[in-house]
Amino acid sequence: MELILDHVSHSYGDVEVLSDISLSVGSGEIVCIVGPSGCGKSTLLRILGGLEKPDHGAALIAGEPPSDSLNPLTYVFQDFALLPWRTVEGNISLVLEDHSVRKDKARAIITDVLARTKLSEFANAWPRQLSGGMKQRVAIARALSVNPAVMLMDEPLSALDSQTRELLMDDLIELWGQVGFSACYITHNLAEAVRLGHRIVMLSRRPGKIREIVDIDIPLSERINHPAETSAIQRRLWEAMRDEARAADRELSDVA
Amino acid sequence: MSLDATNEIETRTRRNTSDLQQSRKGLVKPVPFRGGGFVHTRHRLIAPLLFVVLVILWEVGSQTGFISNIALPAPSEAAGAMSDLFETGMIWKHLSASLYRLVIGWSLGSLIGVFVGLAIALFSLVRAGVSPFISALFPIPKIALLPLFIIWFGIGEGSKVATILFGVFFPTVIATYGGVDNVDRNLIRMGQSFGLSWMSIVRKIIIPGALPAILSGFRISASIAIILLVAAEMIGAEYGIGAYILMAGALFATDQLIAGVAMLSVLGLTVGWLISRAERLLLSWRA
Ligand SMILES: Nc1ncnc2c1ncn2[C@@H]1O[C@H](COP(=O)(O)OP(=O)(O)O)[C@@H](O)[C@H]1O
Ligand SMILES: [Mg+2]
Repeated sequence: MELILDHVSHSYGDVEVLSDISLSVGSGEIVCIVGPSGCGKSTLLRILGGLEKPDHGAALIAGEPPSDSLNPLTYVFQDFALLPWRTVEGNISLVLEDHSVRKDKARAIITDVLARTKLSEFANAWPRQLSGGMKQRVAIARALSVNPAVMLMDEPLSALDSQTRELLMDDLIELWGQVGFSACYITHNLAEAVRLGHRIVMLSRRPGKIREIVDIDIPLSERINHPAETSAIQRRLWEAMRDEARAADRELSDVA
Repeated sequence: MSLDATNEIETRTRRNTSDLQQSRKGLVKPVPFRGGGFVHTRHRLIAPLLFVVLVILWEVGSQTGFISNIALPAPSEAAGAMSDLFETGMIWKHLSASLYRLVIGWSLGSLIGVFVGLAIALFSLVRAGVSPFISALFPIPKIALLPLFIIWFGIGEGSKVATILFGVFFPTVIATYGGVDNVDRNLIRMGQSFGLSWMSIVRKIIIPGALPAILSGFRISASIAIILLVAAEMIGAEYGIGAYILMAGALFATDQLIAGVAMLSVLGLTVGWLISRAERLLLSWRA
């Protein structure tokens, strides 16, 4: 299955946020979208997942999602969005309950995703007891439990400190090695993009247009062994982005 | 409260720096401590102790004639009135009559209030139509409507229950829809993004998220219910704590009056305790 944005433009009132964006996320592919803050990355992701309707253009699905996918387009949010009144296990079962998964099947799924995200011993913990990194692992486990065709990740590591971020990046790479999920991964952190993206799409400042698309051929698991190449790419991206970021930073904005 | 903690910290710092202070002969002194305080520590015994002390002072004051017996009866006399109530078994008559009205009025008012509050919070048409009425009717003292309630619901239980019901209804509505409005929008969007049904989002995300606000609304509405209970029982009730207090007042039997007021306090404490239990049970995820 392929997820496609076809000439999407979007405005809030008079503020044009996205302008003529086309891109696609193929099967087993991680597409990173980078851009200065306020350039419409979150908006783009909401449109991709059907939480918002674009003014022009459309989000399209090519091909059928896998038949065992309960929720083909699944989000991972920056603020984790865990229900504080449910345990780790309860937060995952929440998203299975509505898809009439049989009890024992649901149990098996939960055990499996908890093991994959190294959370097995925390099944009965409350969200308030977990660190930020653990919370985001729970959110990733929850997303995996519905077997998504594409994961839509909105700055999933931005709320975490840099050590935790490193650890989770490693875990994500390992997970991708096991499951081979597809993702549209939004970040403003170029290091993350260079570590995790098969393709990096750079947006300009608002209104967000595609400035540059970079494909990186080095396999995810080997990038750590190619520091020279990855940092060269990162530096080139930063050169392109610096002026955009500076201009975006100095813009006045009425909307939060 | 934490004065003792402050002292402890100060002595510890002094001990650690004392060698330095001596060797430099007064050139070195500790940075003045300015933290501490403004922290709540639990003192379980203070309230009962203070209560006992006050009652003893009061009793002594009455015995010595410092407090005139006409102004305020001695606690021992009020206790006597209370034991009379137990001996004649009248306490159960009064208490059961009051509890019946309280439980029915409060439960119905809360139930309807939560439903209306949810409807206002979830449907913008209902909000636009109903919430101005709520704002307009909330500040009316329900006791002023008692004569109307008597005409509508009869002089018997109906009007009393209705007074409590209406008094409880409005704060519950407001607490409920305020609580729903404050549920994290991101959680709702998460529910939608996982394809949860509307009903599931309401049941599993919105209601649990609003529950803390609803329960603290219950705390307020329960106190309002007790106040209205007494007021309503002062009109045309044979039994009930309010009727007992009214009767005592009419006869200037101040010892009975104090006994009645004590019953109300115990009732209030019990209700508060029950709600705390409910909070601990339903909101265990918070602590
Ligand atoms: N619901 C909305 N209503 C109005 N303006 C919005 C809304 N959501 C986002 N915006 C505005 O659109 C712009 C892009 O927002 P967003 O997509 O969140 O950017 P990013 O995620 O790249 O930081 C911002 O200027 C933001 O203020
Ligand atoms: Mg964003």
